[in-house]
Amino acid sequence: MLPGGGATVWRAPAQEDSMAAATRYLGKPMKRKEDPRLIQGLSHYVDDIVLPNLLHAAILHSPYAHARIRSVDTLKAQSAPGVVLVLTGADIRGAIGPVPCAAVIPDMKAAPRPVLARDRVRFVGEGVAVVVASGSYAARDALDLIEVDYEPLTPVVDPEKAIANGATVLHEGHKDNVAYRWELEGGDVKAAFKNADKIVKQRMINQRLIPVAMEPRGVVADYKPGERQLTVWSSTQIPHLLRTQIAAMLATPEHSVRVITPEVGGGFGSKLNVYPEEALVAYLAMKLGKPVKWIESRRENFQTTIHGRDQINDVEVAVKRDGTILGLRLGIIADLGAYYQLLTPLIPTLTALMSSGCYKIPAIRIEIIGALTNKMATDAYRGAGRPEATYFIERALDLVAAELKKDPVEVRRKNFPKPNEFPYATPTGVIYDSANYDKSLDLALKISDYKKLRLDQAKARKEGRVVGIGLSTYVEICAMGPSSAMPAGGWESATVRIEPTGMVNIMTGSSPHGQGQETSFAQLGAEILGLEPNDVNVVHGDTAIVPYGIGTFGSRATAVGGTAVYKSLMKLREKVAAIAGHILAEDPSNLVFDKMRITSKADAKKSLAFGEAVGAAYVAKTLPPNMEPGLEATTFFEPSNFTFPFGAHVCVVEIDPETGDVRLTKYVAVDDCGNVLNPLLVEGQVQGGIAQAVGQALLEEAVYDEQGQLITGELMDYALPRAGDLPWLETARTVTPSPVNPMGVKGVGEAGTIGATPALANAVADALEPFGVRHVDMPFKRERIWQLMQKGNRRAK
Amino acid sequence: MPVEISVRVNGKGFQHQIEPRLLLVHYLRDVLELTGTHVGCETSLCGACTVLLDGKAVKSCTMLAVQVSGSEITTIEGLAAQGPANGGGLHPVQEGFWEKHGLQCGFCTPGMILASVDLLHNNSSPSQDEIRHALSGNLCRCTGYQHIVEAVEYAAKKMKPRKRA
Repeated sequence: MLPGGGATVWRAPAQEDSMAAATRYLGKPMKRKEDPRLIQGLSHYVDDIVLPNLLHAAILHSPYAHARIRSVDTLKAQSAPGVVLVLTGADIRGAIGPVPCAAVIPDMKAAPRPVLARDRVRFVGEGVAVVVASGSYAARDALDLIEVDYEPLTPVVDPEKAIANGATVLHEGHKDNVAYRWELEGGDVKAAFKNADKIVKQRMINQRLIPVAMEPRGVVADYKPGERQLTVWSSTQIPHLLRTQIAAMLATPEHSVRVITPEVGGGFGSKLNVYPEEALVAYLAMKLGKPVKWIESRRENFQTTIHGRDQINDVEVAVKRDGTILGLRLGIIADLGAYYQLLTPLIPTLTALMSSGCYKIPAIRIEIIGALTNKMATDAYRGAGRPEATYFIERALDLVAAELKKDPVEVRRKNFPKPNEFPYATPTGVIYDSANYDKSLDLALKISDYKKLRLDQAKARKEGRVVGIGLSTYVEICAMGPSSAMPAGGWESATVRIEPTGMVNIMTGSSPHGQGQETSFAQLGAEILGLEPNDVNVVHGDTAIVPYGIGTFGSRATAVGGTAVYKSLMKLREKVAAIAGHILAEDPSNLVFDKMRITSKADAKKSLAFGEAVGAAYVAKTLPPNMEPGLEATTFFEPSNFTFPFGAHVCVVEIDPETGDVRLTKYVAVDDCGNVLNPLLVEGQVQGGIAQAVGQALLEEAVYDEQGQLITGELMDYALPRAGDLPWLETARTVTPSPVNPMGVKGVGEAGTIGATPALANAVADALEPFGVRHVDMPFKRERIWQLMQKGNRRAK
Repeated sequence: MPVEISVRVNGKGFQHQIEPRLLLVHYLRDVLELTGTHVGCETSLCGACTVLLDGKAVKSCTMLAVQVSGSEITTIEGLAAQGPANGGGLHPVQEGFWEKHGLQCGFCTPGMILASVDLLHNNSSPSQDEIRHALSGNLCRCTGYQHIVEAVEYAAKKMKPRKRA
């Protein structure tokens, strides 16, 4: 039951249990409302949408990383069976604008991507022509009949060579392949390095990854010429931003465009974007006056959906003998690929912002060079710049510990800001909202029995076994974010409408694609209005129904989107209380909403059904004077800051000395994402995030060869974690509410991915320490590890 | 030249003239409009398209529809009716996925559920390692698999015939 008229749902509880005890639904592990349709095959992803007279599009992709297009001959394809239309880049010149980039960095060179290439292709997979046919097989068949005459150009693949003098330049009008240089400095870096007892240096590679959402992208577009209404179904995380961009790319009035995101089969940032096909398929539907569908194949997904990470980090840490960190210098070379997607140039700057980690580092200097190469663009992949930051700083802390012969735990504790130092401002210009880093670390050490792990490790080493223990204490920047710091607004919207029968519709600007907000927001609605979660329906992903929203990414759906929902619910509760108070002749602040009734705290006889008060709002005969009829409230919530979830992870790896195979044998994760609406969903996010981190550490690597061919272009060659690659994950949480929003939530979507990768890397480095290995780059594949062990063995002889 | 196939899907008989190259998954999705079976990779590596062919889990994206003529197919849409409780309730494996939060985006789920059904058919009380091994042909990018393992354990327990005292 809620405190009547309170400003917050619950007050910062010391323990989560106390919060759950005070609520009926919030904080409870309710199973998901989404699931019945998903487990019975009754849901609709884009590819499940069928319209009358539906046509199918297929796209011809460049097999070259870098080439001039001399000519494209589509004649044979046009007369192939079932083919309706074939278009090339030249055919749509001027009709569709380039792929948009929302990121702005001073002095950044332009690198716009045309929807279909015209004179030149700049990565393998770039679209060259499109076929529309009566069936998907016919469309694909016709692709083989298009003849493109390419003149191969020198591919630029390595980012360091790309930015070196004399490299082939990708874009006309550029003098080199440096997209931008960006510097950030805070504190007296020179003095820090002058006063240091030791300077620890390391180059680290954060390899390119491929997001691989299980549902590839897909677009269906339908145009009704009479009504001049274009409807686009797309597997996206940002329906409204996409609508705006489609309108801009097609120079079509935005009010005639509707974007619907049906069920979305995973995104992880890869669908936080605007892709050529989204405008192209809409254009085709408008041109042909018939609905058109395009579904991405897995190979296309590998080649033409954004990639993640791909940074070279040169790290230097200035430390005192006692482990105190004085300063940090970081050089980032970020491989941006050939063109900018929506946020491409921005991602490395997030690395810079979070380079302080959860440590007091008084002086930091960062230099970023964005490199243009003949590859698919990198952009936001789960964590988006922050996993890179956590990775290098957590590896650096371990290198410092090794250098000073201290335990990694001790070095970390030495540099944590203490709970009373929050809000804590870093020299990179961000303000951490709240934290207790010692507390989450303590809990992780306790659950993992860290001391015993070290004893066991010593014993194992004596037996000739190769065992390593890894630790990571992380902080991430989430709930993106205040609009002042975001390229396209950082607020979120929600409209709540209580329908005349008392049923509630929540229209959220967030666009969940697996996170489960249909459940957690229903819990919120039920809690605040004293209803059952099944009385509350959550609508998302339809620009014709939902108020303009920003979308789901950056662990923002609950902290920003949920707060908008919360505020709209509170507005309506106030209105319903006023109506009920008027009918019952009771002070509205005395009324309590519970079990579908509104009852006076002072006099239990003063009570009426929730539905009765709602009905009164619509029948409008017994409203208080001057009150508008109806029950609908909209909020555009603008957060005052980001939130900064944190945690501590501990893991153990054992390496097979014969094969170099790294086996993860224990994993303990303690995460603090503030208050939680539904711990079951939080658990799911943490576990899934850790699995993706395990993928980066042990298995995944996007490899382009010297010619710019993506040789990890299929699931056969790009190894995703399978069920057997993971140990049992032990998870726990501490609860440090965020002061940034009234619910005290922080966000958890990326925590696992951010926190786990460095823990794994530290464990592997720790395991290889007896072999004289100081650092090894991910992924920790057998041959790499085996070779390091061989080298170590030879040295020992 | 179209060829005729005759197949039972989810307990109903169907006869169709189809293109010989039509993949089973496209037959199920486009001809029978059973869109619960998903296409995740077209190379049999992800398992999103898993269906039961005469009770055994197969990847329908790398089988031709003509190969299954004369067979019995169960897709996710037909699974509930086959549950021991019947009466339109969920199959215990479906129930397990719901109870244990064994899914997030849901795209891999139909295939994951059918692969689990096949496992439990062959091994009524699998260990966690056996579950992980049996599901190694089905990829999930959201859950990290732990809740899926728990979902299968839940179903195994539920499906075990109860011993009467």
